[in-house]
Amino acid sequence: MEDQKSKAKIMFLCKTAPYGTIYEQEVIEAMIMFSSYEQDIRVAFIGDGVFSLKKGQNPSLINIKNFAQTYLVLIDDFEVSHLYVEKESLDERGMKEEDLLTEVEVLQRADLISKIDEMKVVLPF
Amino acid sequence: MQMLNIIKKSPYETSSLSNCLKYIKTGDVILFTEDGIYAAKKGGMFEKFVSDVSQTCSIYYLFPDTEARGIKSDEIISIAKPVDYQGFVALVANSSKSITW
Amino acid sequence: MKFGILIKESPYNFQAFDTAYNFVKAAIEMGHEIIGIFFYDDAVYAGNKYLEPPQGDRNIKSYMDDLKSRGVRLVVCVAAGKRRGLTQDTVSESAEISGLGQLLELSIESDRLVTF
Repeated sequence: MEDQKSKAKIMFLCKTAPYGTIYEQEVIEAMIMFSSYEQDIRVAFIGDGVFSLKKGQNPSLINIKNFAQTYLVLIDDFEVSHLYVEKESLDERGMKEEDLLTEVEVLQRADLISKIDEMKVVLPF
Repeated sequence: MQMLNIIKKSPYETSSLSNCLKYIKTGDVILFTEDGIYAAKKGGMFEKFVSDVSQTCSIYYLFPDTEARGIKSDEIISIAKPVDYQGFVALVANSSKSITW
Repeated sequence: MKFGILIKESPYNFQAFDTAYNFVKAAIEMGHEIIGIFFYDDAVYAGNKYLEPPQGDRNIKSYMDDLKSRGVRLVVCVAAGKRRGLTQDTVSESAEISGLGQLLELSIESDRLVTF
């Protein structure tokens, strides 16, 4: 418990779609680095950010690395145990939970707001 | 403690304002900076949204940014209060955290 | 109060650097401490030592030097920097190249972290 208390709560707030900008690629690098330091790291996908978790991405034709696979690694090998996706953002974009490449916590906006509230720092990307 | 929401993109071009409005809580603060200040312009299509949220949140704008863009104080919705950079710093200091949308 | 600053946007596409610069100067004048500015994404271009703006243009390099002279640590992300040609050899004297751990440290050590 003591240990839990001393960890800084930091959330990456991913609100940008993948590929069209560099943000997703570089935020993933930050996530990997942060997660190796035993802090309390959360990642939330809202708005167009939910497209980053779409199943079946194949960016080989545009010569870009498939970043989506990295999320699987983050969940399996690193301490990022809390990946949140906002339900309303999925709905607005015609996406369902089954469309996502991995099992993540789908949260209602109100619940995500409470999570954001608990954070010390929110890093928007 | 209140959270500071910084809007620096034009609402006509990005979803910064609309994202912020979805997450803002009663008692929070909004600061419009850079192109974000156009959200608070009177007669614009976002005036209503900003007026509505001002019922439960305080609204500020970064005066050097409106001045730079030729937007005079009487063209900004009257509920919004001007701050300079020191006022911006004070808003950050008085909030538990800030999110730049 | 201790402030940490994250700048993400390119100084030659956006106003973010300028707003951060004015914010930092105001914070210091008010007696706050800026424990560091971390340059990420395209913001790393602000740390290029070969910047040579035309006469009369805003001069990012001199703003960086000014921040440094006020005692502010300017940290350019090594990964984002390398990708964009910023290395130990090309980074300006007022900035340093370091890892994302510095951003984590700013997040932990600052009382407030502000993103520009």
